[in-house]
Amino acid sequence: MADVQPVGEIGDYIADKLSGAITSQTIAGGELTLHVAPDALLKVLATLRDDINCQFKQLVDVCGVDYPEREKRFEVVYHLLSMAQNARVRVKIDTDEVTPVPSATGIFSSAGWWEREAWDLYGILFSDHPDLRRILTDYGFEGHPLRKDFPLTGYVEVRYDDEQKRVVYEPVKLTQEFRTFDFLSPWEGMTRPLPGDEKAEAGEDAEPEKGDG
Amino acid sequence: MADQNIQNYTLNFGPQHPAAHGVLRMVLEMDGEVIDRADPHIGLLHRGTEKLIEYKSYLQAVPYFDRLDYVAPQNQEHAFALAVEKLAGIEVPPRGQYIRVLYAEIGRILSHILNVTAYAMDVGAMTPMLWAFEHREHLMEFCERASGARLHMAYFRPGGVAQDVPLQLLEDIDKWADTYPAMIDDLESLLTGNRIFKQRTVDIGVATAEQAYDWGFTGPNLRACGIAWDLRKSQPYDGYEKFEFGVPIGKHGDCYDRYLMRIYEMRESVKIIKQCIANMPAGPAAADDHKFTPPKRSEMKQSMEALIHHFKLYTEGYHVPAGETYTAVEAPKGEFGVYLVSDGSNKPYRCKIRAPGFAHLQALDFLSRGHMLADVVANIGSLDVVFGEIDR
Repeated sequence: MADVQPVGEIGDYIADKLSGAITSQTIAGGELTLHVAPDALLKVLATLRDDINCQFKQLVDVCGVDYPEREKRFEVVYHLLSMAQNARVRVKIDTDEVTPVPSATGIFSSAGWWEREAWDLYGILFSDHPDLRRILTDYGFEGHPLRKDFPLTGYVEVRYDDEQKRVVYEPVKLTQEFRTFDFLSPWEGMTRPLPGDEKAEAGEDAEPEKGDG
Repeated sequence: MADQNIQNYTLNFGPQHPAAHGVLRMVLEMDGEVIDRADPHIGLLHRGTEKLIEYKSYLQAVPYFDRLDYVAPQNQEHAFALAVEKLAGIEVPPRGQYIRVLYAEIGRILSHILNVTAYAMDVGAMTPMLWAFEHREHLMEFCERASGARLHMAYFRPGGVAQDVPLQLLEDIDKWADTYPAMIDDLESLLTGNRIFKQRTVDIGVATAEQAYDWGFTGPNLRACGIAWDLRKSQPYDGYEKFEFGVPIGKHGDCYDRYLMRIYEMRESVKIIKQCIANMPAGPAAADDHKFTPPKRSEMKQSMEALIHHFKLYTEGYHVPAGETYTAVEAPKGEFGVYLVSDGSNKPYRCKIRAPGFAHLQALDFLSRGHMLADVVANIGSLDVVFGEIDR
């Protein structure tokens, strides 16, 4: 059984090799994350793949994550796997709705569909992608469903219309209102070691407020 | 004679074709009967699983994983459970790990039985499916006895398994594991040396090792190309390092080798199942931390605290510390990964599901080019695609 390569060593090596291209580097829970500027992405991916001490020959996954409160709301996350080093690395870049990200299809063929998926679900644009079509949603679908501001129910629903003899699209009508329960307790809930113990600390903070009234 | 304008013929394949293994629509550009280009259209089974999971608590997300690769549901839950455990720092007791490994291997056999026999049916052999499905039925019975559900078990929970296995079940699985290798022999006698089967599969859809890296192949499809890589060996999880089993490696990367990989993996899975049962440790099957796993029913009758825990777990659910992880397991079809981003609340902020079939199906275009139309069917079958996980 081969031991998993400690990510710290490989991280230091990559940071040396690609100094300037990597804006920051974090290790959390034994997983290495590299933050990269979008224009340096292709260089970083190519180096990670071809360098003899890295050999991240497989692009395992590409996906988007949406943080609407950020100025550049999307993160594009690439996961790479090196079978020679038995190590994984995560590469992240930030982008927004209008700035295209360079497509990785020239380096990893497998990026093609994952980038199509990120375009489809988040509306992240990829420049130089050979075939940037929607992939998972319906033909003619509008919007990008995995964005945080896209409602869970969507906007349209389909049904077969017996008179027109075809499938018709209609604005979504819910027979029962969509129920979201706010289970989050106003107090700390399940995080404390002892339920009911939070009064001890909350009491100290609450005292001065009474004095004002 | 007037100039004839010869055009390539475009053929629509599916989405209701029985050999499409679900709802695959393909647009094939044909030059006579030879494929020039294959363009798979997926998403006909898209259910928005990732979006739904963002609106559910961590525990409510588990059953969605069953419905991805519905042929081997346990293995998907396994990845999710491991991801949550990693973020929350939960330790699973040994018995929980062994039960999970046992059922993960049962899932592997479930998946391989379906794939090998359905694939054989695609290329013209009817009997394997009729024979081997009896064993699939036995396995689903074992799933039912442990969890109450034949298919969608929802059994691997963050922290362990939903409940301990009932008495006598392990003995019965052990007895079954003794009979199963004979069935694999029968399957092999029908297929491995069969002239028709070999004519349809040998040297069809060849992928080299470099292509396999480039297109993100994992699992049996990768190993058929001669690359020794198995997450159970190289990045072991849930105590896989304690088991002795082999990893079959192919040579040619063609459809026939991909079939052989699955046959040999079933034999190795039976070995793991036998070892699991022989060395099954005693003790609890789930972590004893009632912030994550529900208390026993009997405790709830007596203890106020247990009742509060139960109520909180099934309404608010537990909070997972903020962070992110990519956790992958060796699912029957390849590397099944979950990229989980938590913001510290009781719902996942983002849960990206990395399905092996997605990458494999993407490669269908280059695997099929230059082959005949009938070989597309062999290629799809040998790649082992299931649309639940590809379309999500």
